Amino acid sequence: MQVYSAYIALSRQKPEKFIVKMHSIIEAFIKAFDLIFSFNQELLNIIFLSLKVSGIALLIAAITGLPIGALVGLKRFPLRGVTISLMNTFMGLPPVVVGLFLYLILSRSGPLGFMGLLYTPSAMIIAQTILAFPIVASLSHSAIVNVAPVIKQASMTLGATPFQVTLNMMREARYGIMSGVIAAFGRVMAEVGAILIVGGNIAGYTRVMTTTIALETDKGNFELAIALGIILLMISLIINMVLHLIQRKGMVKSGI
Amino acid sequence: MSLVLSLTDIWKSYNGKPVLKDCSYSFGGGIYVLMGPNGSGKSTFLRICALLENPDEGRINYFSDAPLNPPLLRGELKGGVFSENNILKRDIELKRRITLVLPMVGVFKTTVFKNVAYGLKIRGEEREKIEEKVNKALDFVSLSHKKNHNAITLSSGETQRLGIARAMVIEPEVLFLDEPTASVDEENTEIIEDIILNMKKNSRSTVIIATHDMAQAERLADKVLILRNGSFLK
Repeated sequence: MQVYSAYIALSRQKPEKFIVKMHSIIEAFIKAFDLIFSFNQELLNIIFLSLKVSGIALLIAAITGLPIGALVGLKRFPLRGVTISLMNTFMGLPPVVVGLFLYLILSRSGPLGFMGLLYTPSAMIIAQTILAFPIVASLSHSAIVNVAPVIKQASMTLGATPFQVTLNMMREARYGIMSGVIAAFGRVMAEVGAILIVGGNIAGYTRVMTTTIALETDKGNFELAIALGIILLMISLIINMVLHLIQRKGMVKSGI
Repeated sequence: MSLVLSLTDIWKSYNGKPVLKDCSYSFGGGIYVLMGPNGSGKSTFLRICALLENPDEGRINYFSDAPLNPPLLRGELKGGVFSENNILKRDIELKRRITLVLPMVGVFKTTVFKNVAYGLKIRGEEREKIEEKVNKALDFVSLSHKKNHNAITLSSGETQRLGIARAMVIEPEVLFLDEPTASVDEENTEIIEDIILNMKKNSRSTVIIATHDMAQAERLADKVLILRNGSFLK
């Protein structure tokens, strides 16, 4: 009976608390917009670092992933099937696991500890490259595999060298490859697990959008978190719109 | 007339099923038409001639050079020990003197102009030269008005004409056409035949056409070859 009346008392309190909470959320949103439109310096720094880390990681992943994707798509070699399966599996790598292993390798007692990379933007770039690479490689592989074999033969009959044939196949698969690169960018921009572990979320140094949202939410400091959340969503939206445009252009060009 | 291409004792099988059996022939200049029902081995023969595929056995000589394969006796090649004599790995210079227009053509997802320019571009030709030659070739196949269209949007007749222009522009010494009119209407067939006959007047290429259309063979051929069940009828 006592327990029951305690429950009644609690549930009666609920609506008031709810109103207070709604109030503070709305207030946080207003402050968040204020931060965005006043071009708050801290906010801009965080966004800039996010774009820099993810941009460099994407560039490295594209430079290494594209040739690998093309190679796996066009050449026959032993263990090719295993390579494709591995690439596909690594597309879904859990970021925290990547963060954990990279932490172990980069920590002072780890094999690469002497490089002093832990808790630096470089460590974050490495983590994101590891996450982006399989996406770029795997999606460019499937884009190239989907180019009709007759294209390869046509290039050969016109006198293309094997390298020129490869380039032509990549050009034919360009829309699929671009989709892969953009999908990889979307993944690394939204990722938090790996960079939180290896970056350490140090203010002004390794603090990026996603890690800031995690930290500020934890502290109950919502306005900065919401502002970054809105911007992150906007970036996601832009990425998806570009992806959609590219795919549509690819379809029109394919005559579909 | 000088010998352009000679094939000796060509054998080819897929999954143990023989497609070409002991085919030998020597080509000089002019238009050759290779006749035969579907599945008689015409395409395989052309693909081997165009160095897109290796024969299982046999010799191929181009332009009276040394044979592309050292003389091989039948039965010598077993267990895939063919890599040393792999024709497909032979020099690109020779491959650039011949070309094959595939039945499906295989247009690139770009403009008609860039499709035709491809062969010249990969040969490192100068831009002005490319422009001049491509425009001439497009004019020859009556596709100038579609120069800036995406090649994917062409009709099947136009696609075949594009294939011929793309091959012609590189001025091959031997041109193989695999069923150039199989999937096109009567009007386009006539246009394509005119193009081939004009080509004979304007260039010194040897043209080898595979078709199953008897009337077409009569209209075009200087010489008709008949392939049945993988062998030439004598």
